[in-house]
Amino acid sequence: MEFLLAVVTGLLYAAGLYMMLRRSLVKLIIGLILIGNGANILIFLLGRITKGLPPIIPEESKVFIEAYADPVPQALILTAIVISFGLQSFAIVLIKRAFKVVRTDDLDQMNSIDPYS
Amino acid sequence: MIQHIVLYPILVQLFFAIVLLFFWNSVKAQKSISIFGNIVALIVSVWLFITIWQEGTLTIQTGNWEAPFGITFVADTFAATLVLLTAISGFAVSIFSVGTILRARLKFGFLPILHFLLLGLNGAFLTGDIFNLYVWFEIIIISSFVLITIGGEKKQLEGAIKYFTLNILASMIFLTAIAVLYGLAGTLNMADLAIKVAEIENRGLVEITAILFFIGFGIKAGLFPLYFWLPASYHTPPPAVMAIFGGLLTKVGVYALIRVFTVIFVGEDFLELIILSVAGLTLVSGGIGALVHNNIVKVFSYLIICHIGYMILGLGLYTEAAIAGAIFYLIHDIVVKTNLFMMSGLIYRIKGTFSMRDLGGLYNNNPLLSLIMIIPLMSLVGIPPLSGFWPKLALITESFNANNYWLIGAVLFATFITLFVIARLWTEVFWKEGPKLKRIANFRYFSLLSKHQKRQMIVPIVFLAFISLYIGFGAEHIQRLSIRIAQELLDNQAYINAVLKP
Repeated sequence: MEFLLAVVTGLLYAAGLYMMLRRSLVKLIIGLILIGNGANILIFLLGRITKGLPPIIPEESKVFIEAYADPVPQALILTAIVISFGLQSFAIVLIKRAFKVVRTDDLDQMNSIDPYS
Repeated sequence: MIQHIVLYPILVQLFFAIVLLFFWNSVKAQKSISIFGNIVALIVSVWLFITIWQEGTLTIQTGNWEAPFGITFVADTFAATLVLLTAISGFAVSIFSVGTILRARLKFGFLPILHFLLLGLNGAFLTGDIFNLYVWFEIIIISSFVLITIGGEKKQLEGAIKYFTLNILASMIFLTAIAVLYGLAGTLNMADLAIKVAEIENRGLVEITAILFFIGFGIKAGLFPLYFWLPASYHTPPPAVMAIFGGLLTKVGVYALIRVFTVIFVGEDFLELIILSVAGLTLVSGGIGALVHNNIVKVFSYLIICHIGYMILGLGLYTEAAIAGAIFYLIHDIVVKTNLFMMSGLIYRIKGTFSMRDLGGLYNNNPLLSLIMIIPLMSLVGIPPLSGFWPKLALITESFNANNYWLIGAVLFATFITLFVIARLWTEVFWKEGPKLKRIANFRYFSLLSKHQKRQMIVPIVFLAFISLYIGFGAEHIQRLSIRIAQELLDNQAYINAVLKP
């Protein structure tokens, strides 16, 4: 399971970066979404995957004897998903507006402000 | 319960942001509430600062969860100082934006979003939890996205896409770094992390995590190879937005770098080399960028990058005097950069252009205003005894002590370039007999504004100019403050004790 998730994380990061390096705006957003998902799976993976154990430590225990499921990574992922959802919806509206105003999907054409003026 | 005061700067901004949302349709009421809210925030921040100065570091555990398990808010002198500076800049910018932002933009919730931005800044400075820091960063960037796009002009949208992409990428790298750090240490509390990270055997992994943090924060701070989004986007929104961005947003990145590399990742030789070389290259490349531009706002944007180098340099040298120099520079820079962008807004209002070639004759026509504007300009260059001089002195002395002559070269080069750029700006914009500009139809020139509106533009500039003067002439106080912050930062055991054993 760990191996599989590690491969998936790597693929998501690689695909996300590849998409971000393209010139199209839509592909840029897809790239950002993929990297975001990759980061979420990475948190899940690095929080140690434990199967079928409750996230509970007995009250009287002073040291960890048994493995237990760590609930923190899941809380982190949940927060990160909500945040990236908000950002992505903003991004999609932004590229729609930008396309309407600039009339192009090509990032290379979006430099009317950049020359040494 | 004195430690509740740690949360007040956050709560005040949150409260006023929500109140402002209730007055969505009444721009007039929003204007007064926003200024009033920032006065309250200023008072609360001064109160927090004085309390921290007298009592030392205060911490509060949210929800009463004990330290490594819950989210901790920590107000040490560094955080309190930055909260105070945020309140000062926020106060000035809110007056300035009330006076200059178009009514149509105010109608779409400009002021509530400004308060949400200040809320995020205060939260980022006060939190003691690395994941919570990420959340505050997200609040900051989503508010800044709205501020940079509000109005929806073509140039704004083009700038916003660059700003947006690189900032989200930086957040993702930061999140990745948090994931790896959690996998390594199993905790998110910064004080707890400081203990656990020091015990990790596999230093290679720690270094890679540190580099991930460095890249994530570096993009936000505008460090050498990662800054290209900054000059491509900072000149697109209205001047009031530029002022808050230029004054505070890159500095949050610097704050996070200083915090993470003095508390969590301490004493890695490999990192020191990277930080120092990046600092030197930032100083040189930012300076060269400022040389070639004609648009005053672009010149100022490159100067932001150039001067970030000084602070990172102080962090890289990692001695008490060097970090004190970096902190002093940070304090001076927040005030001056905010003021510079407000000034460029004022110049734009007077003449209707940002281009140095077309500007001119400002000194002849508005001698009094020019005299006010020379204060931040000369402070930026660091003509003694104005505020930019003292920290540079400390940084150069410390570079000598470290026998690092390349760095002294970079610092002197950047200082010289700043002097040259500002001198050119002064001759071009203020002294030169400017070409006759065509009057733009329907443009609200400064001379056409009502007395009240003129006051709203000039008061914040004068206010920040006086603070700059105080930082320069009262350098002894600021130096004492910086040295105290540097001592607290270098002794991370004190930070750990304050959080874990309250």
